[in-house]
Amino acid sequence: MTGKSVWVASFAAVVLIAIVLLSAGSPSVKANDQPSAPNAEVKIDNFSFGPQTLTVPVGATVTWTNRDDIPHTVVSTDGVFKSKVRDTDETFSYTFTKAGTYPYFCSIHPKMTGQVMVK
Amino acid sequence: MPDKKQDLIDQTLQNLNNDGVDRRGFLKCMAWAGTGLVWTMSGGIPMSRAFAKTADQSAGKGGDFSFVQISDSHIGFNKPANPDVTATLQTAINKINAMSHKADFIIHTGDLSQLSKPSEFDTLDQALKGASAKQIYFVPGEHDMLNDNGEQYLQRYGKGTKGTGWYSFDQKGVHFVGLVNVANLKAGGMGSLGHEQLEWLEDDLKGRSASTPIVLFAHIPLWTIYPEWGWGTDDSEQALSYVERFGSVTVLNGHIHQIMQKIEAKVSFHTAMSTAFPQPAPGTAPSAGPMKVPADQLQQVLGITDVNYVVSGRSLAIVDSPLGA
Repeated sequence: MTGKSVWVASFAAVVLIAIVLLSAGSPSVKANDQPSAPNAEVKIDNFSFGPQTLTVPVGATVTWTNRDDIPHTVVSTDGVFKSKVRDTDETFSYTFTKAGTYPYFCSIHPKMTGQVMVK
Repeated sequence: MPDKKQDLIDQTLQNLNNDGVDRRGFLKCMAWAGTGLVWTMSGGIPMSRAFAKTADQSAGKGGDFSFVQISDSHIGFNKPANPDVTATLQTAINKINAMSHKADFIIHTGDLSQLSKPSEFDTLDQALKGASAKQIYFVPGEHDMLNDNGEQYLQRYGKGTKGTGWYSFDQKGVHFVGLVNVANLKAGGMGSLGHEQLEWLEDDLKGRSASTPIVLFAHIPLWTIYPEWGWGTDDSEQALSYVERFGSVTVLNGHIHQIMQKIEAKVSFHTAMSTAFPQPAPGTAPSAGPMKVPADQLQQVLGITDVNYVVSGRSLAIVDSPLGA
């Protein structure tokens, strides 16, 4: 019996803390009005896109960073987006406003492929 | 142990050479086995005095000529693998100018620049002006066609060429064909010649006598060296089917920044060193790309390729020389 009440008490405490945390967090979300989709990153290392498949919500901005000593490009296979050539440490960003699957590749090194799934 | 392997390869090369392609033991090779075939590959310092002598003797006779292949100058590259690619290009040119037999012309197999910048092309042009051979033939590498689909390349180096920059010319009975396999590349693929160029090639070779020696040159290898790194050309087989009937075919490529050689029937394939930086041997690194070597070894892995044509033997002798030799 005592064991059970301890459990109930700690559960109540956890719920209470959660409520406090949530209420503390919610005003900032409301103030921001637009639900900010999390941005995501793709790194280019050793002639490959990482992660090769990236899943993001609609509205997310994806930024590719070339970390190789050789220039690369980020080009949508279906012609949706196309970066200029990106040299070492240069980036390219694209904001995905529609759900779908977006395959892409490096037009200089076409063995390099990846995809962004927007849900 | 490696010597035994090397002997075997040297021997194999010699046997292959009996078919009229004269390159007796020119390359000290080590074996690299991959995808079920044994390729031959240079150990990095393939030149010896004996080889140099052979090359010098084979040139200079009446009707003979020689040319030099340089490749992958990557002007504008400035990373640790070679912070001064203009200087190493200059060394290559000095080496060409110092050859005992004067090269009749130079072939550059692409990646003139790192980023297709006008200033990079300007620097290359300035350096090449100092070469003793005034006639230079180019084909583009993928680095020369960035951002503008190769418009600038065509304006500077491709006047009078077809399509994205392909063309042919004749030199003392040898038919040379410059091909472009770096344009309009498809996702997941390797190098590509494309339908239009293949049709042109078939037409260009049609009607030529089978005894005409043929030299094909293009940036990306026209044989599949390592598909995982895109080191090959998707539709090269079709191109090679058009040269099957010829008695002597030499294929010269760049792109992989190291010497590799394969002889298949009457076709000998050869890739050149870069004048800028080396790349790893296939599969020996996580990816292709500039490979850093100790500064005092850099000139051993960069170089030029000297090709001598001897009319009597109807053969091409290919000698690769590192810049530091």
